[in-house]
Order: sequence, then structure tokens, then C-alpha cells
Amino acid sequence: MGKRTFYGKGIPDINPSELEGLLIVVEGGDGSGRSTQGALLRDWLGRLGFPTVAVGLKHSELVGPEIEEAMLGNTLGPRTMSLFYATDFIDQLEHVIIPSLRAGFVVVADRYFYTLMARDQVRGANVEWNRSLYGMALKPDMSFYLRTNPKLLAERSFRKHGALDYWESGMDIERSGDMYQCFVRYQTKLQRELDKLSKEYGFEEIDGDLGPIAIHREVQKRLEGLIAKRTLKGGAAKRAPGLRRPRTKKTTSKKAGSKATRASVRKALKPKRSLPRVGNRARSTASHARSAKPSGTRR
Amino acid sequence: MWEESKGVIEGKLIAVEGLDGSGKSTQIALLKRWLELESYRVFFTEWNSSALVKKSTRKGKKQKILTPMSFSLIHATDFADRYERQILPLLRGGYLVLADRYSFTAFARDAVRGCDRIWLRNLYNFARLPDITFFFNVPLQVALNRILAGRPQLKFHEAGMDLGLSDDPFESFRLFQGMIYDEYKRMQREFHFVVIDATRPPEEQQQLMRSILQQTVNLKKFKQRMNWEFDNGQAHFLR
Repeated sequence: MGKRTFYGKGIPDINPSELEGLLIVVEGGDGSGRSTQGALLRDWLGRLGFPTVAVGLKHSELVGPEIEEAMLGNTLGPRTMSLFYATDFIDQLEHVIIPSLRAGFVVVADRYFYTLMARDQVRGANVEWNRSLYGMALKPDMSFYLRTNPKLLAERSFRKHGALDYWESGMDIERSGDMYQCFVRYQTKLQRELDKLSKEYGFEEIDGDLGPIAIHREVQKRLEGLIAKRTLKGGAAKRAPGLRRPRTKKTTSKKAGSKATRASVRKALKPKRSLPRVGNRARSTASHARSAKPSGTRR
Repeated sequence: MWEESKGVIEGKLIAVEGLDGSGKSTQIALLKRWLELESYRVFFTEWNSSALVKKSTRKGKKQKILTPMSFSLIHATDFADRYERQILPLLRGGYLVLADRYSFTAFARDAVRGCDRIWLRNLYNFARLPDITFFFNVPLQVALNRILAGRPQLKFHEAGMDLGLSDDPFESFRLFQGMIYDEYKRMQREFHFVVIDATRPPEEQQQLMRSILQQTVNLKKFKQRMNWEFDNGQAHFLR
């Protein structure tokens, strides 16, 4: 990508072309493996010598905790929820993403405004309204879209939490049928919206039904050009050591991720035998809070 | 824009706008009292009053982490909450909704802070425009005198200190209000403001507001359907 730009009107007094770093987005449904991929990606980039920072939805200092609180009570309307998330987005954009890019970091975003748009669309927002609103967003250098079968998403949620989440099942708008049906229907709707956005914004689609290592390999492959350019430009190394072609020898890419990440991937792949627990909403928010804490980035 | 479910909206929305010190709050309070005494269905709503968002706004202001964009969006969130939970349901239920400030306040303040005007209008276009918007027009100096005479303390954002216009809060407030006044002037025709000369005696302004309201709105339709009300959980008959 050449000079960095905003999608629309941008932010007053910010000149995007001064922002040197890279912005890489990972999008996908709930349980598509975004956070695993984000962690693997940051590990890989770190080994290549790139400083990284992670961002995600609801991490903002300004409104992050208040959104969590609102979600527990389920008292806000769709427009309010939409704008609350937009406030969270702008706070992180201005206080984390932009300063990090200015300092030359690689920002790995676990979701971007695309998800927010998809959610708004499903709830009756006009696409023009959304486009204008998120005219304040920076164009990422690359956006990955882990496109996963909704039934598989449900299976992963069952394995991980033993239950489905209220919000991930779209229970605020889905009325008929049981929770499983709501989940699948809602996730399918979101996917339909993300598919549209994928065309409009040029996502790099990856089959999310694949395993984490296979997806990571694919992520590496598609980022190769972008990373190589940076490495040469920086002049730090003639050839990035981690930049072997994964296609030629499958064994090389097995090394993807640190020991810790590999272990966590293995663990995640292993089915849990624990009994299904009750009180699904409280627990799944707790798990959100956990996954929403990428090392050392939460302010 | 957001999808709005079909069906008529029987209620009417009346908004007042103007500079701090233009007397708009006094006037809308008088209007509300009159409508209540005449037993019309009336509801009053203020800018920046929803409980949940207040917490964030306070945090943002205290820690000074608000930027023009987050300032704008957090107020839009607050407004949306009030709109979805009060204004729209009340309008559907056939109420006269009186709003002390509406989206125009955001258009003026946020534009002065550097947000794009078209972006702002899009942001708020989920909300219906008022049926009548009274604009209390007063020369800048008069408004400033009214405010500054009675109140020696100005808050950081209220004085527009975040704009860096001046280190002196009073000077900053003067400049800030001047810029807001210019924004109101730009909007006057765009949004068909009904201009009230706020230098006239207050009772004269009130008479004018009432007669404009009577001419524009068929008030008969807004008579209360109940002839009793709850007071401390007890039903009391009226008249």
C-alpha cells in the first residue's frame, strides 16, 4: 500500500501519511480463531524484529468498561449500542493505533470497524450511515477474513465454554427458535454482511474451517510481500530469517509460533471434557475479558 | 439513517436552541409549566442527562482524554440513548416532547472543535428533526454579560479550553461562544429555526412561543387521557 489514507472525512488535525507502521486486521465470526491468529502473527512478526501492539473491541479506557456493563444489563437500544462502540473505536484509534503507527509499530487489530458495521447492518442501520460514520477510520494495510461455517463456530463455542453466548447468538434481535438456532441464524446474517464488506474493502479471505497452523501459514504467505518490503526498506536484514516459503517445505511452518503459543494451540484443539456449566452470560464475558488482554497492551 | 418501524408518529417535538445565557431554558420551563397546567401530555428532556453514558463523559473530562471526535461520539451515544428510550417512544405515544437543546447543539459545538459538518449531520440523522425549533437570538455580548455576571467559575470544556484559544478561561469562553454563535447563524436557514428575539421582555417571548405553538400544533389532540395522576403511589383525581 502506498500512502496511508482515511476511508472518509478522517480525524481533524491528523495527517495519515505521517503514520509509518503497519496496520493488520483480523476479522471473522465469534470463534473463528481470530485471537489465536493474532497471537501467532505477533509472535512471528516479533521474531522478524517488528515491534507489535494488539488492539481489539471494547479495550478503550474511555468507554470499554461501560460497554461491558451495558451488555450485562441489556438495556441499550441498537443506535446507542452502535455509537457506544464507535466511541470505543475512536478512542483506541486516537490513543493506541495512531500513536503506535507513528512510532513505526505493527498494529494487529483483533477485529476492526467492519464487525461493528456488520452488526449495525443486521440491526437496521443504513449502509451509507455506517460508511460516513467510519469515514474516521484508517485504511489497514491488510485485512484477513477468517470465513467459518456458523455451525462450526457453534461447535467451537460449546467446546470452549460449554454454552453459547447471549450476544453472540444475537438474542437481542433473534426472536424465534432455541438459542442454537438463533446463534446459527445470527452468525449467518453477520457472515452475509461481512461477505459484502469483503468485496467492498478487499479482504484477504481465508477458510476459517482449517486448523490454526494451516491458517497461520496462509497468513504468513499473504503478508510476505508487505513484510519483505519493510525489511528491505529498514535495511536491518538482507533476508528476513523467518521468511522462508512455507509452500516448498511444509515442515518449516510447523515452527510457527512460540513454544507457548504452540502449546496453547494444542490445548485449544483438544476437546474439553468438563461438564457444561450454568450461568453462561457471566462466564462468557469473563472469558472475553481474558481474551481481551493481549500482553502489555491494555492501558 | 436507521430503519424506523412504520406507523404514524402522533407526537410533536419542540426544541429550543441558543447560546448559554440566551434565556432558552427559562422559556422552555415556562412553556412546560403552562402545558402541564392546561393538562396536556407533555415531556421535557435535557441535553446530556442519561445515567450510563454520564460515567464515561465524566471520566473523559476528568482525565482529559477526550478528543474532538470522542467528545462528539460520546455525546451522540448519550443522545441516542435518550432518543431511543424516551423521545421516540413518547412521540409514538402521542406526547408533546420539549427538548432543551437538540442535535443542533452538537452541530455547533463539534464543528467549532473541528469535526466535519457533513459527517456530523449524518451521525445524528437517525433522529427526527423537531416540528418547531425555537432559536433564541441574542447579541453575543448580551449573552456573555448574563453568564459572566452571575458565575465566576467556568468549567474546562464549558469554556472551550480544550480548543487552546486562550489560557484565560473567560477570554476562551468569549471566543468559543462567538464561534458557536456563527455556527448557529449558518444553521438558521438550513433547519428553519423560528427566531425569537431574546432581548425582548421574557413574558413577551413566552406569549410569542405559545401563539406559535398553538398555530402549528393542534393542541386538542394532546389533552391528557386520564383525569387522575399518581402522587406517592396514590391515585389522585384532578379537578
